[in-house]
Amino acid sequence: MALPLTYNIRSLVVRWKVTLLAIFGIGCVVTVFVVLLAMLAGFRLALRSTGSPDNAIAVQRGSGSELTSFFSGEAADIIAADARVARAAGDGAPLVSREIVIIANLPRRVDGAPTNVTIRGVSPLAFQVRRGLRIVKGRTFKPGLNEVIVGQRIGERVRGLDIGARLSVQKRDWEVVGHFQADGSSFESEIWGDLDVMAPAFQRTGGQNSMTVRLADPATLKAFDETVQADPRFQIRLVQEQQYYEDQAGPVAGSLLALAGFVALVMGTGAIFGAMNTMYAIVAARTREIGTLRALGFSRLSILTAFVVESLFLGLAGGVLGCLLSFAANGYTTATGQTSSFSELAFAFKITPANVTAGILFALAMGFLGGLLPAWRAARLMITSALREA
Amino acid sequence: MAIVDIEGVRKVYHRDSQEITVLDGINLRVPEGEFVALMGPSGSGKTTLLNLIAGIDRPTSGRVMVAGTDLSLLSEGALASWRSHNVGFIFQFYNLIPVLTAVENVELPLLLVRMSKAQRRERALTALRVVGLADRALHYPRQLSGGQEQRVAIARAIVTDPKVLVADEPTGDLDARSAQEILELMETLNKQFRKTIVMVTHDPRAAERAHVQRHLDKGVLTA
Ligand SMILES: Nc1ncnc2c1ncn2[C@@H]1O[C@H](COP(=O)(O)OP(=O)(O)OP(=O)(O)O)[C@@H](O)[C@H]1O
Ligand SMILES: [Mg+2]
Repeated sequence: MALPLTYNIRSLVVRWKVTLLAIFGIGCVVTVFVVLLAMLAGFRLALRSTGSPDNAIAVQRGSGSELTSFFSGEAADIIAADARVARAAGDGAPLVSREIVIIANLPRRVDGAPTNVTIRGVSPLAFQVRRGLRIVKGRTFKPGLNEVIVGQRIGERVRGLDIGARLSVQKRDWEVVGHFQADGSSFESEIWGDLDVMAPAFQRTGGQNSMTVRLADPATLKAFDETVQADPRFQIRLVQEQQYYEDQAGPVAGSLLALAGFVALVMGTGAIFGAMNTMYAIVAARTREIGTLRALGFSRLSILTAFVVESLFLGLAGGVLGCLLSFAANGYTTATGQTSSFSELAFAFKITPANVTAGILFALAMGFLGGLLPAWRAARLMITSALREA
Repeated sequence: MAIVDIEGVRKVYHRDSQEITVLDGINLRVPEGEFVALMGPSGSGKTTLLNLIAGIDRPTSGRVMVAGTDLSLLSEGALASWRSHNVGFIFQFYNLIPVLTAVENVELPLLLVRMSKAQRRERALTALRVVGLADRALHYPRQLSGGQEQRVAIARAIVTDPKVLVADEPTGDLDARSAQEILELMETLNKQFRKTIVMVTHDPRAAERAHVQRHLDKGVLTA
């Protein structure tokens, strides 16, 4: 009953000049859409891979980020002494890292404009508590010295972070002695140094912003958190570490998603009208052909279907073009102001199969919506007047 | 029994507030196997009458019976299906689908019939053989001459083996030689394949081929 698909495909190919513009329009929208989704995916990945599954982070209750969290050293001691905290192999010291976090303004490599960079003072055990950290260049900092190591991504994006360089933060000089990787996590966008040197230098003595805790058994987290929260001596909660960092994505992920939605709506509407225009032109140019098909006995429904299918092909071609264009951005590294901690987080675009699927489906939706009215007109044509057309 | 039986047909168009009577009380009977030429000046209603016979238009009043069916009783969809089984169309400008090859064009009406792909191809090639164009099966319309295009169109018109062929100035766009060939082909279809043909034409030489000539003037059959 239906017209063969080759009929639609060849018809589009023959009129490629007319269709190219519509395909390009849909393609552009899909490119932007997929790139935004890829940003979102890369952003989520950077945050999700931050932290370990068997770690928990202790932060002040009610704080939105480590920056706004602070609690006393005594409180940290009490939590570290809990039996649910894993112990180091040799001396049996609790596997915890007390940390302070400050923000420094450093010049971007591209244009020298200042950007916020997270500086983290960590305990000596931090490298045991946090797995996956690797020095890729130079060495790690020596305890007691004004030395720092630099996450690889931020080293690429900010000036003056090469090995041997001196970094001036809050009137103190810090020597860059090494670069590190952390499995693509957001730690790669940070600068790390010794807590005991940094705390007095940055007037953060008497406590810490957060404490990361290795759990002997991750299953005990919920009960541990309840104990901590019930303790009247302090206002602290324990959160699964990965969960904590992923939650930091909330506002940015939300705005990226909103932007993708906005692009889909505004640019998508434009592309739909573009496709509609093209399809109206195609229907007008083929009026006599439509009349002929109807005279031969093809139903209104099969004409409607044929033109909707043709418009879907238009959308598909645009979708494929858009996805191909968006691959140019795949792996490209960029940064965003990480709103909840106000610091720069570098991450890579990550085009996932889900992104591509979403892009193609979006393109097909645009093709469908653009084709519906013109196809309806084609199906409603009077046979006798359609046959009279030139 | 007449294969085309038209009784008291009127066709009125409304343009602005004016009524234009294009067909005014037509009575026409065409026996099965007849070859009728419809003649008349431009605007006399020939195409309109042919469209009614072919079931792509409906009269304002009156009855159109074709191949034993009262067309006014059929719904839009049923009428479309009826056309695919009972009428073959031959147009002045051939109306082949430009993006389909000759054989694909001929196959088109068979898509509306339950049939295997191979059977369809076979039937289409047979029809092309009848019109003498089997060797052009894979050519696109733009690769054919006007006369050849019209022969492909005729193959498309006969491929479902309809009882009635309607032709609206089938030679109107052809040179004398090609027109001659098309008319001979139509005579063959009428004589050998017993097709009833209703042909609109301006050309007296074309009309001579028909058994019967009917004249239309201002919406009335005069002879
Ligand atoms: N859809 C329509 N609306 C209004 N008037 C119409 C319509 N279709 C046809 N007509 C009028 O009906 C009359 C007859 O048209 P028709 O096409 O049947 O003439 P014809 O005899 O085939 O002419 P020709 O030899 O030029 O093809 C013409 O005056 C035409 O303008
Ligand atoms: Mg006419």
